[in-house]
Amino acid sequence: MIIELGHFALILALAVALVQSVVPVMGAARHDHAWMAVARPAALTQFLLVGMAMAALTYAYITSDFTVINVIENSHTDKPLLYKVSGVWGNHEGSMLLWVFILAVCSAAVALFSSNLPAALRARVLAVQGMISAGFLMFILFTSNPFVRTMNPPMNGHGLNPVLQDPGLAFHPPFLYLGYVGFSVSFAFAVAALIEGRVDAAWARWVRPWALASWCALTVGIALGSWWAYYTLGWGGWWFWDPVENASFMPWLVGTALIHSAIVVEKRDTLKSWTILLAIITFSLSLVGTFLVRSGVLTSVHAFAVDPARGTFILLLLLVAIGGSLTLYAVRAPALQSGGIFAPISREGALVLNNILLTSAAATVFLGTLYPLFLDAIGGPKISVGPPYFDKTFGPIMVPVLIAVAGGPMLAWKRGDLLGAVQRLWAAFAVGLLVALGCLYATYGGPVLAVLGLGLAAFTAMGAIIEWTDRVKLFRIPLAESWRRAVNLPRSAYGMTFAHLGLAISAAGIAAAAFSVERIEIVKLGATLDISGYSMRLAKVDQIPGPNFLAEDATVDVTRNGTPIWTAHPQRRFFTVQQQTTSLTAIRSSLFADLYIAVGESDGHGGWTLRAYYKPLISWIWLGALVMAGGGIVSLSDRRWRIGAAARQRSTALPQVAE
Amino acid sequence: MRKTLYLLPVLLFLVVAGYFAVGLKPGRDPHEIPSAMIDKALPEFDLPALNDGPNVSNASLKGQVTVINFFASWCVPCKIEHPVLMRLATKDKIAIIGIAYKDAVEDSRRELVKGGDPYARIGVDRKGAAGFDFGVYGVPETYVVDKSGHIRKRFVGPLNAGSVEKELLPLLRELNRS
Repeated sequence: MIIELGHFALILALAVALVQSVVPVMGAARHDHAWMAVARPAALTQFLLVGMAMAALTYAYITSDFTVINVIENSHTDKPLLYKVSGVWGNHEGSMLLWVFILAVCSAAVALFSSNLPAALRARVLAVQGMISAGFLMFILFTSNPFVRTMNPPMNGHGLNPVLQDPGLAFHPPFLYLGYVGFSVSFAFAVAALIEGRVDAAWARWVRPWALASWCALTVGIALGSWWAYYTLGWGGWWFWDPVENASFMPWLVGTALIHSAIVVEKRDTLKSWTILLAIITFSLSLVGTFLVRSGVLTSVHAFAVDPARGTFILLLLLVAIGGSLTLYAVRAPALQSGGIFAPISREGALVLNNILLTSAAATVFLGTLYPLFLDAIGGPKISVGPPYFDKTFGPIMVPVLIAVAGGPMLAWKRGDLLGAVQRLWAAFAVGLLVALGCLYATYGGPVLAVLGLGLAAFTAMGAIIEWTDRVKLFRIPLAESWRRAVNLPRSAYGMTFAHLGLAISAAGIAAAAFSVERIEIVKLGATLDISGYSMRLAKVDQIPGPNFLAEDATVDVTRNGTPIWTAHPQRRFFTVQQQTTSLTAIRSSLFADLYIAVGESDGHGGWTLRAYYKPLISWIWLGALVMAGGGIVSLSDRRWRIGAAARQRSTALPQVAE
Repeated sequence: MRKTLYLLPVLLFLVVAGYFAVGLKPGRDPHEIPSAMIDKALPEFDLPALNDGPNVSNASLKGQVTVINFFASWCVPCKIEHPVLMRLATKDKIAIIGIAYKDAVEDSRRELVKGGDPYARIGVDRKGAAGFDFGVYGVPETYVVDKSGHIRKRFVGPLNAGSVEKELLPLLRELNRS
């Protein structure tokens, strides 16, 4: 019964979405306020209906209702509760439902927090959201319905893919989707602005918090995915340039460009059509990512079960959404008024440079990801594009990005003083050089590029710090006065400082990865493996039963210069239902280095394959991502968005009987 | 001129969408690694036997459906594949021709004594010359040859229960019937 209610709610949601996508736009065109006002209740109703569907499916998973095919295929009664819930989105149908649910949440949020938007803009934004929602609801209902039942329920289900049974992965998709789908709001704003033919500073002010929030979620989502890959795959890697990883990375790169260029629209009323284009491309790349994962067009470890009918349907959706919005852009964008002019050396100029670099980086990743498809389609050989391509092309683009991140904020709007900026950065140069020389000394004979990377990261971090000390005039005026300035600095300024520091931290972690040491050997019980001054003794291997797996639990005693420092327990888990093995690595993390042990298979004669890694600064990669996202959140809490919020509260306090 | 520039994004997108459409064409499997040798005659080879017996050569395989498996004692995926081959040999009674690829004779022998020998006959390809003619990417690789001596199928990487049940055994049945 509950399942049918969920299914029914989803059908109703489609009907509401269709109304939401048609009536408000017509109302806006005819200046009819009653029609425009439909958008808001429609968005809220849709949220309720999709929420009901989501709750119904979750209920089926929690109660292990094996009359539902989706539950049979992806769940099992032995599974811990957390994974019963995360199993809801651990499969194609459920993840699409989550996608639409998050879209409904975003629409509802726009509907609730948009009282200060002009009525016509709000109506159009919500209508565009309604169109996206309608498209995806049709996709779910016609090709990927999670509520299909079977007449012959089995005793138990097939269980969730073991590699997905992990806390990191339970939260990875929701964050990722929050990012992907959140960019639909900027997309909707861009399309609405193109329909209206008007983009101004106020528009940018509405778009920026949405873009920023989505960017934060996407940053966290990508970092979670990468961290998960690091600790669970057992090979010490954290980024594989897999098509699906790239699919989430491309919207991040272009989204980063978007949040920067929206600043220019807001402050200087220029770069409008470019910002609109970025908003469209960011969401388009999110859609393309969704397509790539589900269509089976590319080889990837992440691919869902492949069904060409689904691929064709999403391709049609892409054609309508991306093709439609870009056509609208081609027609309307040339007429957009461009505002203030600026010299090449200026804050605007630096942000344009940042935009060019980030979009080139995204284009590089795009080309590398899709090249095998392009080549195959024209009858060329089958190839796969691996990390060497990405390292060679992506790395060099990131070098000027890091330099620009340090230098850009030093420049003034309109016309900047390059020499002044360079002078202000001398301390950063000095620190960068010192760090590089220090590393060169410590790791003499090691990889030179990594040393330069560390120096560059130090330079960028110092640049962010100097920018802040300049703002508060540290040591140039009395400390109390500096303190007052520091307290009064806008939150968005702190947001920027944190985000840029975060980038530098991540960059340092990535550069230091070149210094990691790895040893893979078959180790007999009682024997030791030495790595980077640590000695690892394989003490014993026990068989331990888990809730839905059998584990081989190795006990590894780690000593340094004879002193015991850690007893590691890497495991190999054999999942009985799926007949599949996963590894649980043992990682001893510190701020300076990770010690990483994974146990492989037994050789059958009392020996096990041990994989040990010593990875300096590796945790900085994810730490930096968190700091970046934290910077975004700090910036979101800026007073100038709250001023808008106060105005909103007054208007929503009035009873809205007229609706 | 300026206006046409604004058309560029949508035009680029349409090109990419066209490629997507081609990528969706049914039957296209991005995982498949095609072999230039499919449906070609077996390359000529004449390898000394690992254990006593006549040489293993392409001529000696004429007139029967054959499974040829490249392996090596130094190859870890081969150890994963080993139980699958053992079952294929004992339960399904398939005669597998093994080719010890770039492997020292003593090492191959020791490994097979220790873990069990699933092969009907084994040829020694010490220098990897035969592997080169087959177009072997890496070990293990498995080839199915029909009665007329033409290569019909190639498996890259270790065979598993799934690929044996779904692909290898049905293909062998079909080839043996014809």
